[in-house]
Amino acid sequence: MAYNFKEQMSKPERLSGGHRLCAGCGAGIAVRGVLRALKPEDKAVICSATGCLEVSTCLYPYSAWNDSFIHNAFENAGATISGSEAAYRSLKKQGKVNEDYKFIAFGGDGGTYDIGFQSLSGAMERGHDMTYVCYDNGAYMNTGIQRSSGTPMYADTTTSTVGKNSPGKMQQGKNLTEIIAAHNVAYVAQTTFMSNFKDLQMKAEKALYTPGASFLNIMAPCPRGWRYETEDIMEVCKMAVETCTWPMYEVENGKWTLNHMPKNKRPVEDYLKLQGRFKHLFKKGNEHLINDIQVGVDKNWQALLKKCEVA
Amino acid sequence: MSIRERFSGNEAVSIAIKQINPDVMAAFPITPSTEIPQYVSSYVANGEIDTEFVAVESEHSSMSACIGAQAAGARSMTATSSCGLALMWEMLYVAASLRLPITMPVVNRALSGPININNDHSDSMGARDTGWIQMYAENAQEAYDNMIQSVRIGEHKDVLLPVMTCQDGFITSHAVENINILETEKVKAFVGEYKAEKYLLNPEENISMGPYDISAYYMEHKYQQAVSMENAKRVIAEVASEFETLSGRKYDFIEEYKMDDADFAIVIIGSSAGTAKDAVDELRNEGIKAGLVKIRIFRPFPAEEIVKALKNVKVVGIMDKAEGYSNNGGPLGAEVKAALYGNVTGVKAVNFVYGLGGRDVKIESIKTVFEQLLEVDKTGKVPAHYQYLGLRK
Ligand SMILES: Cc1ncc(C[n+]2csc(CCOP(=O)(O)OP(=O)(O)O)c2C)c(N)n1
Ligand code: SF4
Ligand SMILES: [Mg+2]
Repeated sequence: MAYNFKEQMSKPERLSGGHRLCAGCGAGIAVRGVLRALKPEDKAVICSATGCLEVSTCLYPYSAWNDSFIHNAFENAGATISGSEAAYRSLKKQGKVNEDYKFIAFGGDGGTYDIGFQSLSGAMERGHDMTYVCYDNGAYMNTGIQRSSGTPMYADTTTSTVGKNSPGKMQQGKNLTEIIAAHNVAYVAQTTFMSNFKDLQMKAEKALYTPGASFLNIMAPCPRGWRYETEDIMEVCKMAVETCTWPMYEVENGKWTLNHMPKNKRPVEDYLKLQGRFKHLFKKGNEHLINDIQVGVDKNWQALLKKCEVA
Repeated sequence: MSIRERFSGNEAVSIAIKQINPDVMAAFPITPSTEIPQYVSSYVANGEIDTEFVAVESEHSSMSACIGAQAAGARSMTATSSCGLALMWEMLYVAASLRLPITMPVVNRALSGPININNDHSDSMGARDTGWIQMYAENAQEAYDNMIQSVRIGEHKDVLLPVMTCQDGFITSHAVENINILETEKVKAFVGEYKAEKYLLNPEENISMGPYDISAYYMEHKYQQAVSMENAKRVIAEVASEFETLSGRKYDFIEEYKMDDADFAIVIIGSSAGTAKDAVDELRNEGIKAGLVKIRIFRPFPAEEIVKALKNVKVVGIMDKAEGYSNNGGPLGAEVKAALYGNVTGVKAVNFVYGLGGRDVKIESIKTVFEQLLEVDKTGKVPAHYQYLGLRK
């Protein structure tokens, strides 16, 4: 089906406005992007892990979710939605539910890479017919910008604090997308907000409509935690992709495909310099830190090209 | 006709689950409750039930999946013990506050550390304030009967709370006894169909569950939960009375054994009540007016019933199969004393901690408890602290 931006954007919202996410928050953009891929006639049960998304979209007695929604806890969105999906299979075979439902879990990087990792891994391995979406903003934003295992190297967070004796987070971000791909689930993809959102839309569609467990990792910038001007979000995303810091790819039944090949691979500075969390790297004498980041990005990129069989 | 057969406690509970045929069972193995998910898995494999069995990767996920399933509109169950129950701790509160009538057999086992697989009540006692209804069985028959009743109690519209049905690890779960099993059709008719009022998979109405609750509402929600626990008292009695009509077996919040004229009594939970009844019989033969109160329902706490049973005794020994580390006795001791306070005069109470980590409880050990109660009566002196029973010196 051809992708028509205007048509997509005029679809009725399944996440209503008026929620309390910060203006320009990537989490809301990611959720709306995924939900646009649902066929209007399909129903959905949506779970969110604790985090900025949940506390901002479902405050008693209000809810921004037009579909059925459940928040259980921080560390168990995978298990929770797998329970709902098991319930659906049971009620459907008993003839108690006849409609078609999709099962979607959203978790931040904290709720996905870290505390909810086991629950996610279990749900993926069991192969429930569900889609898990990580909105990765690279830190625990809800509790005030603490590092997660997804936080990129040398980022300044409130628990990987930059100071006289510390250049920020000492480790590279964990490659969660590849870890989930190693679960051999039906569909795994990594994306972010690019131009007309076609990539996100197509991947969400595949994730939702490929039977079995699927996983989407969406880089979803946080203007507060990353310290950039709200209106620059598209530039930040673009630079993440053009520097190969956040490559766009998918793994379908074991086949790896690179979805965007930068025409001119940009140096990581072009991405880092847009964000206050990396400001310290541009002080004189810290050039080697930027080089460390570049080396890490290049290594991951080369490995990915191999997996995607790109010469 | 009901069937009389030899079953272990785990088998008895598994048969109850088979007869109920829940929509979803999510579980994870842990001694001594492992057999329950094993039995259920085999019933599913053999086509005896059509439950969706979810073999999760942890107890945290079994409770999380049960929450997701029950919220979606499915009758859901799990089973666990000890560390497994402890791992669920956060989720137990969520299940109760989301008002999801999940049912869960708990096969009581000591908590680590040090790791120990034998029976005491530290696991479920640690979960006593999570908002779950708690039922305790003395033997396999009661475990079976409680399991069937638990579904009706939890799902009642005035209750809507999760229920754990506890039995003692190994002592009850693995010992084989002759028990009466009801006909499956009768069990099915008794528990009925599960029809949630508010659920995620209702095509007529999309709902949100588990919102962030602000201070302006949270306390009212907690109060509503407390009211449901109060309502549970009425419903537990109603369900027991219906169950008596069905099975001929009578259940109450507590069981009183030779309490009519008792001067000395013990309050006890679980399988040790069986041993203690024998001790009471022997003491009666020796001319001592001994009696026993067995707690069947611990949540909601049967304070009135306990007061009524104990109001005329001289000295009561309260038996805790769990340490509370309050330096003021075990949980049962604290709650029984609180119930007595202001409601009875002249009843002296001594709290004992016993049977931790599977320490044997014999008729003789219970008799030493009564000896101490008699001593208190003679001297008028109540030991200030709580006592450890059968401690090696
Ligand atoms: C078991 C548990 N530990 C800690 C917390 C506190 N907590 C709530 S949200 C959160 C961080 C969420 O981070 P992430 O998943 O990345 O989502 P974000 O807020 O960044 O959107 C933390 C630490 C909690 N709710 N539960
Ligand atoms: S702090 Fe960041 S992640 Fe949280 S709502 Fe604001 S922009 Fe979104
Ligand atoms: Mg985050």
